[in-house]
Amino acid sequence: MSLDKPYKTVPGTTIFDADQSRMGYWLNQFCMSLMKAENRERFKKDERAYLDEWAMTEEQKQAVLARDLNRCIQLGGNIYFLAKIGATDGKSFQQMAGSMTGMSEEQYRDMMIGGGRDPKWGREGNK
Amino acid sequence: MAKITASVYTSHVPAIGAAMDLGKTQEPYWQKVFAGYEYSRQWMKENTPDVVFLVYNDHATAFSLEMIPTFAIGTAAEFKVADEGWGPRPVADVEGHPELASHIAQSVIQQDFDLTIVNKMDVDHGLTVPLSLMCGDAKKWPFKVIPLAVNVVQYPVPSGMRCFMLGQAIRKAVESFDANLNVQIWGTGGMSHQLQGPRAGLINKEWDNRFLDRLISNPKDLACVPHIEYVREAGSEGIELVMWLIARGAMADVADGPKPTVKHRFYHVPASNTAVGHLILENN
Repeated sequence: MSLDKPYKTVPGTTIFDADQSRMGYWLNQFCMSLMKAENRERFKKDERAYLDEWAMTEEQKQAVLARDLNRCIQLGGNIYFLAKIGATDGKSFQQMAGSMTGMSEEQYRDMMIGGGRDPKWGREGNK
Repeated sequence: MAKITASVYTSHVPAIGAAMDLGKTQEPYWQKVFAGYEYSRQWMKENTPDVVFLVYNDHATAFSLEMIPTFAIGTAAEFKVADEGWGPRPVADVEGHPELASHIAQSVIQQDFDLTIVNKMDVDHGLTVPLSLMCGDAKKWPFKVIPLAVNVVQYPVPSGMRCFMLGQAIRKAVESFDANLNVQIWGTGGMSHQLQGPRAGLINKEWDNRFLDRLISNPKDLACVPHIEYVREAGSEGIELVMWLIARGAMADVADGPKPTVKHRFYHVPASNTAVGHLILENN
C-alpha cells in the first residue's frame, strides 16, 4: 500500500520528504560543504571543478550553475541547504526566496511589505 | 526542586539577527519588529531564569543529511555559534547545563520519547536569534541554555500532539531535578511563511492569530491540527510552529495546574519572508 502524501496537491510547493531527500542527498551535502570558508573560496574559484568532486547528477550540477533554485528543489534540493549557495553568493534569504516566484526582487519585496502572498494563491486550479 | 516558571514563544528569522549584527535596528522596517520586543527585554531582566530550555530547529547546520534526529537534546557544557555560510554571528557562545540536560534526557527517554543525545554541536540562528531578541546585545548570555533541536526540515516531522506530549514529559523531568532551579521553556520558529517554490512569500495573518488564540486558551485542541493544515494554511515552513506546542505542553495548566498569565503578545508582518509572532506566558 502506498503512503498518503496529501501535500503533493499544495500548489507551488515541494515538500522535502524521504523520496526528495534520497534524490537530493549529494546535492544537499555539497551545499553543506559551503559552511567552511575554504570550500566557499574553492567553489567560487572554479564552480564546475568543485561540483565535479561530488556525486551529483549532471542535471543537478547545471541547476546549481544556473542558480535555478526551483529546479534544484525538483531535483531533491532543500531550501535550508540551498541557502548555503545564496550565502556564498552574498544573497539574502529574501532574494533567494524571491528568485523562485518569477517576480523581480523589488516586486517580491513590495509584496512582503504589503502583507505577503495571499494564502489562497493557486488553489483554484488545484482542487 | 527545579521549576518551569514561564514559557516564551518567538519567531527566529535569520534576517533579524543580521539586522542586529549590522546595526540596522533603527531603520523604519526593523524598528517595527524590535518594538514588539521592548517589553520582553525588560521582562527578561526582571525574570532572568537560571536555565532556558530552548526548543528550536537546526537549519542544515549541525545536522546534514548524514543524520536526521527527530528530537536532539544538547548535553554539552558549551555550544559554539555556527558558520551558516556567511561566517558565525558575532554573538557570545552558549553555555549549557549538562547536569540538568542529562537528567532531562534520562527522564524523558524513560517516559517513552526517543531523544538523540548530542554532546557536541554548533548552534545556528534558530537558537541565537531568540536569545538576541530577548536579551539584546549581550556580551554573555545571562542564563544557561539547554538546546532541543527538532527536525522540521525533512518530512515527516513530529506531529503537534507528539510535541505537546513531549512538553508534558519535559515538565515532569524538570520537576524531578533536585537542585532549586528557575527554568523557562522557549518554543521558537514560525509563524506563517514559505521560503521555497513559486508560492514563496505566503503569509496567513488570520490563521496565525487564531493559532496564538488557541495556543493560549486550548493547546490540547490545537495539538490535533494535522501537518497538512500547517502546509496549506501557514506555508511549507510554517510547520515550525509545532515546536511551540512543546513549550506549551510544559506549562502547569496542562497538568491540571492554574492557567498561565499572558504577559505579552505581539504579531507583525513582515520580517524578510515571514510573519513574526511572539508570546510570553507565566505560570501561576
